[in-house]
Amino acid sequence: MMRLELVKRPQRSMLFSALSPFIAFALTIIAGAVMFALLGVNPLTAFNIYFIEPISQIWQLHELAIKAAPLILIAVGLSVCYKANIWNIGAEGQFILGGIVGSMLPVLFPQFEGPLVLPLMLLLGMVGGAAYAAIPALLKTRFGTNEILTSLMLVYVAQLFLDWLVRGPWRDPQGHGFPQTIQFNDSAVLPELMPDAGRANWGFVFALVAAVLVWILMSRMLKGFEVRVLGSSPRAGRFAGFGLNRMVFFAFLLSGALAGLAGISEVSGAIGQLQPVISPGYGFTAIIVAFLGRLNPLGIVAAGLVLALTYLGGEAVQSALGISDKVARVFQGMLLFFVLGCDTLIHYRIRLVGLALTKPEGVAKLEAAPKLKEAR
Amino acid sequence: MSANQDGTNLLEVRGLTKIFGTLTACDHIDLDIARGEIHALLGENGAGKSTLVKMLFGSLEPNAGEIFWNGQAVRISSPGVAKKLGIGMVFQHFSLFEALTAAENIALSLDDGSPISSIAAKARALSFSYGLPLDPESLVGDLSVGERQRIEIIRCLLQTPQLIILDEPTSVLTPQEADKLFETLERLRSEGKSILYISHRLEEVKRICDRATVLRHGKVVGHCNPREETASSLARMMVGNEVQAVVRAPVEGIDKAQPLLEIRNLSRQPATPFSIPLKGINLNVRAGEVIGIAGVAGNGQGEFFESVSGEVLQQDAASVRIRGKDSGSLTITGRRLLGAAFVPEERLGHGAAPRMKLSENLLLSRHATDGKAFVGSGGMVKSAAIQAASQRIIEAMDVRKSAPDPEAAALSGGNLQKFIVGRELDRRPSVMVVNQPTWGVDAGAAAHIRQALIELSRSGSAVLVISQDLDELFEISDAIAVMHNGELSKPIPIAEATFEKVGLLMGGAEPGHAEHTLETA
Repeated sequence: MMRLELVKRPQRSMLFSALSPFIAFALTIIAGAVMFALLGVNPLTAFNIYFIEPISQIWQLHELAIKAAPLILIAVGLSVCYKANIWNIGAEGQFILGGIVGSMLPVLFPQFEGPLVLPLMLLLGMVGGAAYAAIPALLKTRFGTNEILTSLMLVYVAQLFLDWLVRGPWRDPQGHGFPQTIQFNDSAVLPELMPDAGRANWGFVFALVAAVLVWILMSRMLKGFEVRVLGSSPRAGRFAGFGLNRMVFFAFLLSGALAGLAGISEVSGAIGQLQPVISPGYGFTAIIVAFLGRLNPLGIVAAGLVLALTYLGGEAVQSALGISDKVARVFQGMLLFFVLGCDTLIHYRIRLVGLALTKPEGVAKLEAAPKLKEAR
Repeated sequence: MSANQDGTNLLEVRGLTKIFGTLTACDHIDLDIARGEIHALLGENGAGKSTLVKMLFGSLEPNAGEIFWNGQAVRISSPGVAKKLGIGMVFQHFSLFEALTAAENIALSLDDGSPISSIAAKARALSFSYGLPLDPESLVGDLSVGERQRIEIIRCLLQTPQLIILDEPTSVLTPQEADKLFETLERLRSEGKSILYISHRLEEVKRICDRATVLRHGKVVGHCNPREETASSLARMMVGNEVQAVVRAPVEGIDKAQPLLEIRNLSRQPATPFSIPLKGINLNVRAGEVIGIAGVAGNGQGEFFESVSGEVLQQDAASVRIRGKDSGSLTITGRRLLGAAFVPEERLGHGAAPRMKLSENLLLSRHATDGKAFVGSGGMVKSAAIQAASQRIIEAMDVRKSAPDPEAAALSGGNLQKFIVGRELDRRPSVMVVNQPTWGVDAGAAAHIRQALIELSRSGSAVLVISQDLDELFEISDAIAVMHNGELSKPIPIAEATFEKVGLLMGGAEPGHAEHTLETA
């Protein structure tokens, strides 16, 4: 009888910490090849269609930027939360609320046009996302609820609220009964960056700016220091005079605002109206992006582009090979699995322990409590 | 070598070696323990004492070397094997469930599944026969540290060991409780049992031990008969050179000096069922003096430190006054801005963030206090300035480190403590509150820290030191107060203080006369 045990390494390798995302990506490719082979497709053909063809032309790069923008925006905000050891899993809901609140202007006041409309919409979107994120923050600080559960459950509330809005009060009366709002007027549409070359809009610029600003915040400013201290050793943070409750609100409001900005950018830029579904799971995929980017805003930009490609590739293999676009979800899941696996093995090594030799669980690594362990 | 009645020692260790990474914690250790002797294992923190006994108790496996038990070569692969051989151990940190009774805790450690009532009866009989009175029905959470240690000793004795290993047993005891323990140990020796006694307290080793093995940097540097040595010759063997004595100049006219830290009727409800409530604490610390607070661990010192530092706020703002201002409702940052500085007991995770660099740890307690020196307008951190300041502290306190700006966790305990104390001294605080300034710190670094605290007070600051180490308090304090069960005694001027007086107060002999502290002398 053998048993696996994780033993903490005395120090982690700097080299492998840096290489880990690449190793994880390589492992994903290998596992993906096995999956394609099992589906009866030549893996090389599939990879060409999945990873190469979707980015071989300029307009396709624009599509990539459209998909990457919300992922990066959301993941940058989440990275602050996760660095602070605060687990906001509900970015999908904050994204949707940002889309809804930002859309109030073009949907409820379609006559209101001009240069002010767009900035106001973006601002409303950020406020909407932040306000929705404030709910789990309030519940956590006031009642000690687990923010993972509350923020996640609020996602479903947001999804159903959007569904009700576009089928009920906000439905386009001229829309032949389709569950959608009116098309936004021109001044409420996020402009494209280079209309001649492709569809990419200003959302991608927002994402890059947010990444740089948050990078400065985290690495150069006292607030970022506060985030890191409270996340890694809360008692030292209290000794420093940093308040944990204030930090919960800061992290949730910041990540909620960025998710809300992503939501309204997506609705106003890529879609142009509200529909029952406005996100293919960006808020959840962004969690993978945040970790693949090692919670570093600049790494997140690269990771966001990679994950955006898995979406495009999923659509491509569906149309070219007739494989379900759920393949994209499988790739994303494998990527997260391998990233977390690599990170674990950087911090721990695996040891095989023979059960037959030593009596009960008598391996006393907890030197102080061997007696207690054996008592069972 | 002596005392070898039937030709073999109970335990012989030859060439025992344990390597962690690049560190050789134990380097070819030889050790003999005869039957019926109390054998001392002496050494500073980090000398390899704990590693050695963990190998003897089966918690760690040696890389090389042999262990002979009654002349037979044995491999001790787990604590279970050690117990079967007849080796028992009483750890420095107890492994007891506070919510269970003493008897239930003992039952947990016995494999035989006998009913609690018979275990309780056996424990009670054993405890009285060894002069360690213990009520097996009492909840561990209600017991003092000394009583908890008795549970550990009794549960060790119930397994009828031949060799009992005691790891720093007196570090948590009052002098009177320690005396009781020594009687028990002598009784055990007279029954032919052997004891391996780990300590760095030289006086008690001289008092009860028959032989001593001294470790330094993982190597055996000598065997001796402690009764024939002096405390300073033993210290020389342990440390390798003479430890510099701390110099404390007497102060004149301290009675008229301004109190910079005033604690007035400070009370606090317990935060958890097992924490200690504070009861009406009064204390003044004047400019120019060092006040020491003695006490057995877990008598409210941690709660008191949190209340004074502002990590926990008080209802009554006047209960803590810093430089004449009511501070009870100020946060720790507000109190720092009034000129106070704090050093908590735990280094890693409280006084310093383990995974952050030293320069970042400087910012931890000083981001608000030094004007715009470290954090500019707009909240930008001036990393060049914090690097320079941490370099200055590293030089002033002689902090030894392996990299230019290492993570706090990469430093040894003593060096990190020097940095943390130096970080606060560098501000020239007018009030300094330190909890366990030299806990787990080697003798050289401890002397350095103590001297720095005295010098700070002599330059006109008020220094409050909470410590379990009575030698330390007698060395640096101008007056010593004792904390027991959440109450603080009146400070005893150092000229009148004796170990016996303080020890009695630590045991709770004379509680609750703290009212006198408000009197002006």
